Amino acid sequence: MLNNILVAIGITLMYSTPLALAGQGSVISEVSGVVNIGIEGMMTIGAFFGTFVGQRTGNPWLGFLCGGLAGAVFGLVHAFASVTCKADQTVTGIAMNLVGPGLALFLCRLFYDGATQSQPVDHKIPTLFPSGMLHGAAKNLNVSWTTIIALLIAVGMWYVFYHTTWGLHIRAVGEHPAAADTLGINVYKVRYLSVIASGFLAGLGGASMTLGVVSQFSPTAISGQGFIAIAAIIFGKWTPHGGYLACLLFGFFTALTVLFGGSVIPVEIISMLPYVATIIILILFVGRASAPKANGVPYEKGSR
Amino acid sequence: MESKGRKFLKNPFVLTVIAIILGFLVAMVVLAAAGFPPLKSVGILIKSMVGKPKDIAAVVVKSTPIIFTGLGVAFAIKTGLFNIGAEGQYMMGCVAAVAAGAVLDLPAPLEILAVILAAVLASALYGGIVGVLKAKIGIHEVITSIMLNWIALYFNNWFTNTRLYHKPATIGTYPIHESAYTMVLYHWKKSEAGRAVLKSNDFLKQVLGRNDINMGFAVAVIAAIFVTWLLTRTKKGFELRSVGSNIDAARYTGINVSKNIIDSMMISGALCGLGAAFYITGQSPHLLNTLSATENVGFNGLSVAFIAQSSPIGCIFAGLLFGGLLYGGASLQSQVGAPTEIINIVIGVIVFLVALSVIIPQFLDKHVRKAAPKTETVGTDKKKGAGDAK
Amino acid sequence: MAAEVSSGYAVQMHGITKSFGSFYALTDVDLDVKKGTIHSILGENGAGKSTLMNVLYGLYQADSGRIYINGQEVNIKNPTAAIEHGIGMVHQHFMLVDTFTVTQNIVLGSESTKGGITLDMKKARQAVVDLVEKYGLEVDPDALIRDITVSMQQRVEILKALYRGAETLILDEPTAVLTEQEIDELIQIMKNLVKDGKTIIIITHKLKEIQASSDVCTIIRRGHRIDTVPVRGVSEDELAEKMVGHAVKLVVDKTEAKPGDVVLDIKGLYAKNDQKLDAVKDFNLQVRAGEIVGIAGIDGNGQKELMQAVNNLIPASAGTISISGVEIQNKTPRFGIDQGMSIIPEDRQKEGLVLNFSVYENAILEKYRDPNFNPGFTIDRKKMMDFTEGLILQYDIRPDDCGPKRAGGLSGGNQQKVIIGREIANDPKLLIAIQPTRGLDVGAIETVHKTLIRERDKGVAVLLISYELDEVMNVSDRIAVMYDGHIQQIFKQGTVDNRTLGLLMAGGSYDGE
Repeated sequence: MLNNILVAIGITLMYSTPLALAGQGSVISEVSGVVNIGIEGMMTIGAFFGTFVGQRTGNPWLGFLCGGLAGAVFGLVHAFASVTCKADQTVTGIAMNLVGPGLALFLCRLFYDGATQSQPVDHKIPTLFPSGMLHGAAKNLNVSWTTIIALLIAVGMWYVFYHTTWGLHIRAVGEHPAAADTLGINVYKVRYLSVIASGFLAGLGGASMTLGVVSQFSPTAISGQGFIAIAAIIFGKWTPHGGYLACLLFGFFTALTVLFGGSVIPVEIISMLPYVATIIILILFVGRASAPKANGVPYEKGSR
Repeated sequence: MESKGRKFLKNPFVLTVIAIILGFLVAMVVLAAAGFPPLKSVGILIKSMVGKPKDIAAVVVKSTPIIFTGLGVAFAIKTGLFNIGAEGQYMMGCVAAVAAGAVLDLPAPLEILAVILAAVLASALYGGIVGVLKAKIGIHEVITSIMLNWIALYFNNWFTNTRLYHKPATIGTYPIHESAYTMVLYHWKKSEAGRAVLKSNDFLKQVLGRNDINMGFAVAVIAAIFVTWLLTRTKKGFELRSVGSNIDAARYTGINVSKNIIDSMMISGALCGLGAAFYITGQSPHLLNTLSATENVGFNGLSVAFIAQSSPIGCIFAGLLFGGLLYGGASLQSQVGAPTEIINIVIGVIVFLVALSVIIPQFLDKHVRKAAPKTETVGTDKKKGAGDAK
Repeated sequence: MAAEVSSGYAVQMHGITKSFGSFYALTDVDLDVKKGTIHSILGENGAGKSTLMNVLYGLYQADSGRIYINGQEVNIKNPTAAIEHGIGMVHQHFMLVDTFTVTQNIVLGSESTKGGITLDMKKARQAVVDLVEKYGLEVDPDALIRDITVSMQQRVEILKALYRGAETLILDEPTAVLTEQEIDELIQIMKNLVKDGKTIIIITHKLKEIQASSDVCTIIRRGHRIDTVPVRGVSEDELAEKMVGHAVKLVVDKTEAKPGDVVLDIKGLYAKNDQKLDAVKDFNLQVRAGEIVGIAGIDGNGQKELMQAVNNLIPASAGTISISGVEIQNKTPRFGIDQGMSIIPEDRQKEGLVLNFSVYENAILEKYRDPNFNPGFTIDRKKMMDFTEGLILQYDIRPDDCGPKRAGGLSGGNQQKVIIGREIANDPKLLIAIQPTRGLDVGAIETVHKTLIRERDKGVAVLLISYELDEVMNVSDRIAVMYDGHIQQIFKQGTVDNRTLGLLMAGGSYDGE
């Protein structure tokens, strides 16, 4: 019994990590007022570059960082489209989801002899304790450092949002950009930085999948986690802490499919649960939905 | 008066064509950087799309489902809704088509009708869920659609593995009955006379013999014309567009806003369902498989609608372009060795640029005005309006 | 004439010209504001007063002209520069973040930190408390903006400017959203500020407030400065004349009303606002055929919710609304229209028109479903065009070839004409107009008023809701005062003066003889 619980916790933490990182990316972009539906594409490109650099250099940490940077580049492009050009953010986000996986697989075939899977990395990102230190059921709690990083980022993000000038500015820009503008806050700059950070975090999320959970890039390494992260953030009412907890919940549902799949309830039905739950939560709580007011609305200087 | 050049650049069709050309240019740069001959690659790509009759026929077949989903998405956009749920609606249509077609065994016309009806109904209802949640509770359609897409994927997998439908030792279901097939001259092709004709006529062999050419494309063209007519000429379309363009004004003038949102999502879903019906009835393998990820027919429909700038007729051409690239991409890999994923990059860049192109007319008005004499009053209103608004 | 540049003036703007395309919003305007005074800028809607202040605050750049602060020429290229020069502005639509606290809103953009980026909210709160005490601007520093009243929000805006060290405060139409009592409080606050050495510029078109608050008044008409006068020693009539350019015609020509049967009958109506509070409370009113009933009241006393309930956009929680005996409450907007109700909504761009539809399409926004107009499933385009061209001719909608063009491209007055034409073409029994002349020029206002009276004379029951007391008094046959969700009292036209109405609108009581 205890064993089962520990296994469940271990799997939950493992699968929630990519979601949690990408989810924090979703939060920062949406709260600043830019819809980022391209998280999925940014995760995929992060997953590829993370693996590629990790595999070529043998240093998973360097790979992890590069995964984030690759995502950040996509974030920059999305920011240019949505902030500077005021293009439809959902459409350009979808373009990110086309180009991201397209480019990732293109490069993968290029560097791995036409295969859509990369070679596995020699070293994954290490776990919290050296193997052999923990015994028995406790082994399940030996999570990857990426899990710890995700938690720290969520806590850090919460602190930034509610206790720093940056956070105050990001939230103000997402709620009432004209008010922020008249007070000398550069709306464009705040949104640019937020969307780039969003891409960086999504990239880290992708890389945490291929360097922390599995050990290679493949076409299905990232399949839907970006959208799940967006769902989790809505579930968590656009807050860093709520979003993080929602990602844990969604990870837990994945753990359920792993643990109980195929036994009593068909695995497909369990897989549906997080999505059904999100819809139900939205139905129940929509009266108190708290999406940032200016989310998705490009800011035009001089308009009020 | 506006100069000719500016008018030209403001034309959405011109802008789309420019975006498409730029998309190809970006692809050539990427190919060149990766060490492939860019011009030759694009040449091969185009040749493999339209080089032979069989290619053109294959492109048409490949395009049909995404033209339908594109139409569904475009219809929703015209009525103010963003149907990112086309993917899920399409999948549910496929499930319903197989659910009906594998069990029912009716004479051909009835069987076909039943399968199409099942698919259209399932997709319309699935789209209707999004509409109801938006109209009655106020949940944004993009959010529910994302959830419903995944639910549809898992529903497909669950359905595929039910005892009734799962074909043992495969990852799929039983195929639908042949009486539901919508391929052109399917029985004739297999008959003696048919085979003899195909053998002697290379063109017919390429088009009919090598491809599942089916009724879907013709229906798609009719559907595009119908949708255009519905939106621009009918009372229903007028209501739907009013709700989409200004929901408050529609409400004040007594238009039933909730009903129109639901109707719009159902019609959009139904169009995706038609695509599903003709995919299942018109293309092998005529069955469902367990999927590890979405097949993106609906998502590709989004791209098609964007590239077509939500013009229903434009969706036919954008769909053919997209389908052609998907089909031609494969030979790019075999002949040049360039990864087929270059196609996704091309499409993504085109979608991105089309999204950006909407700013060009505004940009011209704002920044190029100085060159023109100050006689435009419309621009004045716009600027004043921006200052006055809220 | 512009005054000489001197440090005795807080603000001097000389020869300011500002155009938008070919439209000149300001032409060679001078403004000299002495330190320590309250200076009002008077003008009609669209006269250019807001544009002038937006230039001073750096939101717009003037085409030509100079600005001096304390006798020094300055270049104000954005609001940040304005703030640096000690200018603060309270916009008509508040620039407040709803989900933030009062303190957070005040310090936003100039936060105190504990070294680096960590917010020092304790210090910020103390600074706010100090300001509140210094100027007597009572407001709870920890409340969320969305939980406090409009007048409190306005104080937060003033505090925002003071926190940034503003010496000159621009108030853009500050009283539009306030009750009489709140206006008195605001004037007191302004006087306190001036006593403390601040300078205040107030944009308004309300003569009474100028008399009550200001030292000097600059009048602007159609982008030109008309005059600058000391307020003491000039009458309201004189100011009004300078503002509109010709002697104001106070009475609208019309004959005695001949009321017929009751058309609109509202009994004991209750309706809730967004915050689920009763905004309409025990509301009773009858409007008869052939009369115009005007509802006078300050914005926010339940007029909006009343209209939404009548139009079935929100439910009536109790009571009945009937049109010629047929109850319409808690049905659909369509049901009311089918009973013969036509509405000219408050916000023509948001509620009245589909801006990116053509004028043709806007004209048939209700007619399209009439089976006599379009018998089948399709829209008869020929009929649509003929019908619209008829309206364009009848209501003099300009330009006269606007039919196939976007309605969003028309001017405000012409947009309103499209709506009025469309609504009257339904041959209503009951015509409801909410703020029908908001933002229109004098000529367009006259057209609207004449149309309402013509409909009345045809036997239509007309209900007019307006926040402009003069409009209600001039056009209505009976005047109902609405306060706090119900009707205070009803008067026949000519039996009441605006002082009495003002008192009732502010919640006072009046014992008529």
